[in-house]
Amino acid sequence: MTVGKTLWLIILIKLFVFFVIFRVFFFKDFLDSRFDTDEEKSEYITKQLLTKPK
Amino acid sequence: MSMDASLVDWSRAQFALTAIYHWLFVPLTLGLSFIIAFMESIYVKTGNEEWKRITKFWMTLFGINFAIGVATGIILEFEFGTNWSNYSWFVGDIFGAPLAVEGIMAFFLESTFIAVMFFGWNKVGKRFHLVSTWLVAIGASLSALWILVANAWMQYPTGMRFNPDTARNEMVNFWEVLFSPVAINKFLHTVSSGYVLAAVFVIGVSSWYLLRKRHEAVAKKSILVASVFGLIMSVFLVLTGDGSARLMAKHQPVKFAAMENLYEGQTNAPLVAIGILTSKGDEHKKEDFLMKLEIPDFLSYMAFLSANAYVPGIQDLIHGNEEHGIISVDEKIAKGKLAIGALKQYKQARKTNETMKADSAMKILDANFAYFGYGYLTNAHDAIPPIKETFYSFRGMVGLGLWFVLLFILMLWSVMKNKVEKRRWLLRLALLSIPLAYLASEMGWIVAELGRQPWIIQDLMPTSVAVSQISAGSVKLTFVLFAITFTLLLIADFKILTKYIKIGPKDGGAE
Repeated sequence: MTVGKTLWLIILIKLFVFFVIFRVFFFKDFLDSRFDTDEEKSEYITKQLLTKPK
Repeated sequence: MSMDASLVDWSRAQFALTAIYHWLFVPLTLGLSFIIAFMESIYVKTGNEEWKRITKFWMTLFGINFAIGVATGIILEFEFGTNWSNYSWFVGDIFGAPLAVEGIMAFFLESTFIAVMFFGWNKVGKRFHLVSTWLVAIGASLSALWILVANAWMQYPTGMRFNPDTARNEMVNFWEVLFSPVAINKFLHTVSSGYVLAAVFVIGVSSWYLLRKRHEAVAKKSILVASVFGLIMSVFLVLTGDGSARLMAKHQPVKFAAMENLYEGQTNAPLVAIGILTSKGDEHKKEDFLMKLEIPDFLSYMAFLSANAYVPGIQDLIHGNEEHGIISVDEKIAKGKLAIGALKQYKQARKTNETMKADSAMKILDANFAYFGYGYLTNAHDAIPPIKETFYSFRGMVGLGLWFVLLFILMLWSVMKNKVEKRRWLLRLALLSIPLAYLASEMGWIVAELGRQPWIIQDLMPTSVAVSQISAGSVKLTFVLFAITFTLLLIADFKILTKYIKIGPKDGGAE
């Protein structure tokens, strides 16, 4: 296999792993997956900011 | 908010792992693209086919590193959204805008012209090809600009205003964010470190050929270009490093004091050139010196351009020093608590439509927002970053940087005197310097990022407040997945690079 083909194969596998496996199964956006509107998100973050970590 | 320490630690470890691996690919891309552009310029100017062969060989190595490294940075963005949602929301469009510009830059400049660079030989004119190669080099560095601007903002937040209604920082002055002195210096220092690393890489690989008595003409020409480029960039690296130190002393004095293990402030402060620390293990994080070699007055000069300037120590910065106008961390904690309390009052007043109360709370919030993050600290000593790690990393980075300057001088001198192949000790040292260049580069990031702790955004948000409320178990799982994936990528990078280095320029030119 030429270097070009090897690299294209690595790129495609990598993009599949990153965008299909990691993104879909492990890296859902925390706020987007829990809240529908920006208002809800800002309310949630405000609560987080106002509650001191223990 | 119940805070699981292991969640914070694993989230930090995961981000550090991803960033460290990502940075193993980036600097070579940044620097090698310029070295290739110089080599191709010589080819176009002289018409000498040997230079075309040299250019194509290094372009192949560039292509391997680029292809395997590309998109590894996207994982960091995934982590922002999943593991660091409080932070991601809080920074608002400060991060979004530069990253969007980066995406456009990377797409239009790098992606478009990289295709011409690799596949355009004999298909486009010589000059058009050369312009494409230069645009790839410039585009790669410009891509880095935007992420470094975002990082600089975390070290020195500026050009924004906190909006309590949305709980986000909103950019009020894009130019202030882009041209903040910390951003400019960080960009120049970081990209020039990549240029130096690439120069060391080219010299190291070329030295290997000379040790093996293979491709000697190509190796000598490559050493000539890389040592000139490396030497010029090293000077630039030293100058921007000096600028970094001064900006750190001004904007992040605790980081500066920790980096020097300067506990008691002093005038005519000496710089510890070499030192060994011995830990007391107390809550004050105090480290004693087992031995040290100092340069008199140099720290004062480095920080404030005056040999008799007062450099505050950790004790001054934590407990305050009235004489030098330094307020204590306890006072900052009180101001931070005021800011957080004012945010709470503001939100309540808005709910009950009490405009006067809301306005008054807003005034208190504005007046104390610069200390917002301190409100989350429970102990003044929590504001001290890890000392040993920053102290040793700084010395490792600077020490190796100085070695590279010497290496470039020796290599340039030897190749110009046509004696380089005879100095086998120097060739061996050059080869050994390749991993050292990567080490120095990573140590620079350790100083920048670990030295900033406990802050994710200097003074505004501690790292512990930035994490999402997710299970530590899921972060551990993805940590392991990343460690495996990135290690496989790194092995692939190393194996393919070494394979094509062994083949050499004769058969290894890119087509």
